[in-house]
Amino acid sequence: MDREPVNRSDQSSRTGDAGRSDSTNRSSPEFNRRDFLRGSGAAMAATAMAVAATEQQAAAQQQAAKVVSAAPHPVKLNVNGVDLTLTVEPRVLLIDALRNDLNLTGCKDVCDRTNCGACTVLIDGKPVYACSRLVMDVEGQKIVTSESLLSPTKTDDVVTNFCKHDGMQCGFCTPGFVMAVRGYCNQNPKATVDDCRKGLGGNICRCGTYAGVLQAAFDTAQTATPIAKGGA
Amino acid sequence: MAERKVGWEPQGQHTLVGKEIQRLDGPVKASGQAKYANDTNPPGTLFAKLLTSPHAHAKLVMLNLDKAKAVKGVKAVIAMAEVGQEVRYEGWPIVAIAAERPEYAEDGLRAIEIKFEVLSHFVDEADLKGAEAADVTDAGEKVKLTKSLGTQKKGDVETALKEAKHVHKGFYGVNTITHMCLEPHGSHAAWDGDKLNVALSTQNVSGTAGQYVKPLGIDEASVSIKCDFIGGGFGSKFAVDEWDVACAKLAKETGKPVRLLLNRATEMQIAGNRPSAFAEVTVACDAEGKITAWDSHHWGTNGPKGGTVALTVTPYVFDPPNRTRTATGIITNCGPDRAWRAPNHPQACAYSQTAIDDLAAKAGMDSLSFFQKNLSLTNVPHIYGPELEIAAKLMDWKTKWHPRGQGGGNGPVKRGIGLALHTWGGGPHQSNVTIKVHPDGSVEVMMGSQDIGTGTRTCIAQVAADTFGLPLNAVKVSIGSNKFPKAGPSGGSTTIGGVTGPTRRTAQQALWKICDLAAAKYNVDGTSLSAKDGKLWSGDKEVCTWKQAASLVGPMALELQGGPVTEDEKLTDKQVGGVQMAEVAVDTETGVVRMVKMVAVQDIGLIVNRLLARSQVYGALIMGIAYSLVEERIMDNKTGRFINANLVDYKLPRIGDIGDLVVEFYEPEDQYKRGVIGLGEPPVIAPGAAISNAVANAIGVRVPVLPLTPKRVLDALKGARV
Ligand code: FES
Ligand code: FES
Repeated sequence: MDREPVNRSDQSSRTGDAGRSDSTNRSSPEFNRRDFLRGSGAAMAATAMAVAATEQQAAAQQQAAKVVSAAPHPVKLNVNGVDLTLTVEPRVLLIDALRNDLNLTGCKDVCDRTNCGACTVLIDGKPVYACSRLVMDVEGQKIVTSESLLSPTKTDDVVTNFCKHDGMQCGFCTPGFVMAVRGYCNQNPKATVDDCRKGLGGNICRCGTYAGVLQAAFDTAQTATPIAKGGA
Repeated sequence: MAERKVGWEPQGQHTLVGKEIQRLDGPVKASGQAKYANDTNPPGTLFAKLLTSPHAHAKLVMLNLDKAKAVKGVKAVIAMAEVGQEVRYEGWPIVAIAAERPEYAEDGLRAIEIKFEVLSHFVDEADLKGAEAADVTDAGEKVKLTKSLGTQKKGDVETALKEAKHVHKGFYGVNTITHMCLEPHGSHAAWDGDKLNVALSTQNVSGTAGQYVKPLGIDEASVSIKCDFIGGGFGSKFAVDEWDVACAKLAKETGKPVRLLLNRATEMQIAGNRPSAFAEVTVACDAEGKITAWDSHHWGTNGPKGGTVALTVTPYVFDPPNRTRTATGIITNCGPDRAWRAPNHPQACAYSQTAIDDLAAKAGMDSLSFFQKNLSLTNVPHIYGPELEIAAKLMDWKTKWHPRGQGGGNGPVKRGIGLALHTWGGGPHQSNVTIKVHPDGSVEVMMGSQDIGTGTRTCIAQVAADTFGLPLNAVKVSIGSNKFPKAGPSGGSTTIGGVTGPTRRTAQQALWKICDLAAAKYNVDGTSLSAKDGKLWSGDKEVCTWKQAASLVGPMALELQGGPVTEDEKLTDKQVGGVQMAEVAVDTETGVVRMVKMVAVQDIGLIVNRLLARSQVYGALIMGIAYSLVEERIMDNKTGRFINANLVDYKLPRIGDIGDLVVEFYEPEDQYKRGVIGLGEPPVIAPGAAISNAVANAIGVRVPVLPLTPKRVLDALKGARV
């Protein structure tokens, strides 16, 4: 593999504002506040108002212990079966780490807001928008990108089927669609054409390749092995 | 002695041309290994982002970049606008920042200190009266926002209207849409001393280097443009944009490569759109249903220039003996337009053939018979005629047809069918080629062209391999660099004719040279030789293998250059027709329109690659469904902003929204003999009118403006009840 991490010099620490809360720019304080709210919400539901204050204090303490500084820090990732460590700020999104740090540009940045599917990768076998996850969120999980589906010795069925039915034109949405199909078919082997129409609505193609994609997805589903056995 | 003549083999006799051949770059595209400008990522690359205007019209009164420059990770900041300058639409670029990571570039943007004086604006493109009355200034001067684009008259409309049996008057419209290329506009720029290497997302590999000369003060010879893959263009990526120049400047200033691609919102605001068009139409026919008169006034906007759809394509396809057409452009504070797949045609088709269909309904006629009756008013009746027959069969028109709103059924969901016709040029552009046949028999074809999704690479390879009697993989095609022989831009459906024509001729000429060498060596008549299955044959007698023949070229490759195709070579042609029929199901309680089926019958002369050609038509139909049913730019009149400039609120169909698509090529021998004609644009033209006509047929009333959103459908139904 020629996909050595690209060395992005000088990962700086930033302690400034929390950044916007949209998907393109999340900071670590934002991340931890949400984490905190999730925990404290559960506690509130289970306790009487009288003890709520105590619970909140406890939760706050717990949260303080989990605070991650905004400075870059090492994150262990497993990408396409390779273990590696990236040193990045906690606000860095998985999509940006894959594209900019690992040069895995098959996952495309298209919509800036978790809607188009162009950045789809598999995380523990499930199709996920890479722009919807922070890098630190996926530590320890298995990430599979489109690049892994083609090597000099192996061509995944899904790639073969996209070529056979010409499920691509400009090809920009294609790797994301390919990963969505791979993940969907692993989860739904033997899916019908109609199933595929319903199950693959998470990706946008501007060139209008849906007819070919649909046929490719159907073919892929027929030979897919259920997710427990591995798949892609 | 066989005659040597440039041209295609008779229909059915090519081995690769005309077949379903998978695209050569399919596997690298599908696996994400293909590198686009957006993916160009050599070590050290800086990431650039833009600060753009949040206002539709404003004066820049203060700009301080010092704090941004001091932000950690930021390497260069350049102003793209000056204090005192007016910005005329939202998204106008003001500052470009390059930083070590995209996150740092964002930090830099937030640190910019900027102040605007907000000025008055106008963005309500459908409102002609409002535009006439609007009080908008430019540099302090009041601007007249409406621009007459002229009136053209033919025949005597007034008398024709008086004598007509049926006269219909109606209002129609098509809203602005954007190109929405999934790869945004932009580039990666890297300096190597005085040389500039650009990975540019472009439809115009050979024509863009020169656009760096003036703004950067460099030689064109020092600029190299590379574009192996492009993530969509649709007519919006012919030029080097100001942000590409800014990218090169940032690279120069920092001494590092810089990548700058627009973010989604800016892409939608400023990187191109298709102008809107709204029309008041009067159209009339005689008792037989022959259209006798047309009178229309249409208006719309293409942004700051104040243009709309061309007069010349109105009414669309049908040209009655008496017609008057008038157009008015509106200057708006919206982003500028760019050529959008088949410029002018989709809008003109949508406001013309809906009006004509309404006239058919008024005359109480079946739409199909009405259109058939008027084919003599079109440019290619001999093509539309048979295409209509084929389409009607594929749609089962006769069974499905019912007068408007009389489809029966007690439930709220009503079915309907509709049709429309289109036409397009699609003649070849000017491309040059170099072909090398190496002594080992391998073949190279080089061309400064680009593959915008059409399958340019694959089509060139097919033609060369077919001509030399070789398998596809024996030919290496190199495109995507301005250092290869100059080729035309990919626009106007000109590419496949433009690249395959010169490739065929030059490959034939190379083959003839090799045949002559083989003839001398093996003592046969050179003109009797043909190439097939990796061998040269004299009649059905094998003379030698291709490798043996190629080795006769000597120690160095045989290299031939070829210029653009000429008309008399008959390798290519122009001017197609095309017929589309749509079937929809409309929920009259919710207003939701569901696509059931679309049929497209298309002529394109000689088909080079059937699989890829079909993809072009599928794509056009789906793009057509998009602008017919869901996609539109929505401007907020109060703020002047493009409020759905994101992929969540700017709707596009998904895989489950397209219904069944049926594509059929019309290719009798006389069409095949015309040679190659471009295909990218024609089939995107008719869906608007075909789908709108199907909806009218289903619910009994016209929904006048595209896209046919649930609200517009319900409004039309309400109007009908009043
Ligand atoms: S870029 Fe991730 S969903 Fe669009
Ligand atoms: S192939 Fe171009 S966006 Fe899908």
